[in-house]
Amino acid sequence: MLARWNYPLEAFEELRREMDNLFGSLGRGFDRLPLFGPRGFPALNLWEDGNHLYAEAEVPGLNMQDLEVHVVGNELTIKGRRPGLDGKNLTYHRRERGVGEFTRFLTLPVEVNQDRVEAVLKDGVLTITMPKAESAKARKITVRSQ
Amino acid sequence: MATETAIEKREGQVVQPERTRGGPTYRPNVDIIEKDDELLLLADLPGARADSIDIDYERGELSIYARIEPRQSPKAIYLLREYGVGDFHRTFRVGEAIDVNRIEAEVKNGVLTLHLPKVEAARPKKIKVSGS
Repeated sequence: MLARWNYPLEAFEELRREMDNLFGSLGRGFDRLPLFGPRGFPALNLWEDGNHLYAEAEVPGLNMQDLEVHVVGNELTIKGRRPGLDGKNLTYHRRERGVGEFTRFLTLPVEVNQDRVEAVLKDGVLTITMPKAESAKARKITVRSQ
Repeated sequence: MATETAIEKREGQVVQPERTRGGPTYRPNVDIIEKDDELLLLADLPGARADSIDIDYERGELSIYARIEPRQSPKAIYLLREYGVGDFHRTFRVGEAIDVNRIEAEVKNGVLTLHLPKVEAARPKKIKVSGS
């Protein structure tokens, strides 16, 4: 009887492990506050072109001083804090927006030039531009005929 | 089943307000907070500015629509894609306790703050007790 009780929980754990594996070397961040939900906050998009890697995150309500962006080696870290409303006499009828501290780690698939990483925050959207390290850029190899 | 709106109705044909923009629409997260003299509605609308947000009030319904321009080329090669970029839309029913003529809205850092002042009668009042 005890074995049958455990089965549904086991299946869930396996599914979760499978999903974590799907992301491969791209890690997920830890949430300090459950209010941000079981997924990492913020959600991240990552794309590339020949010379750059780009990361974008939606962080509405944050100012630049609420955020820290680090690139060390090929690991990108986005840390921040979203303050809640201060004041007494606040009754929440609905609370969907998370507050508190967050950290996301991302292992980048290529090496980037960490001295030339730029981060721009506009209207709650953080865009990080990372020039690829020389060795990581694709090179066109000319074929010479003999 | 098409829904009729008060906007237009031709014979045999029901016209809905058409969205002329393609792309996905997302439901923004909101906080609704009650204070003594107003209701506060905060909506996460990353990428939205004052001129790209439409707020309409009609017959007890408050509608928020934010137009968001795409930020990546449609041919972008994604390595990770945890969210999509698109317009935001959400509607709310507003009760009679709100003075709709005094609703105010402001947006900062992609967060919309809507002030919905309560009508006089709905505000908590201190009642003086007279006694002997």
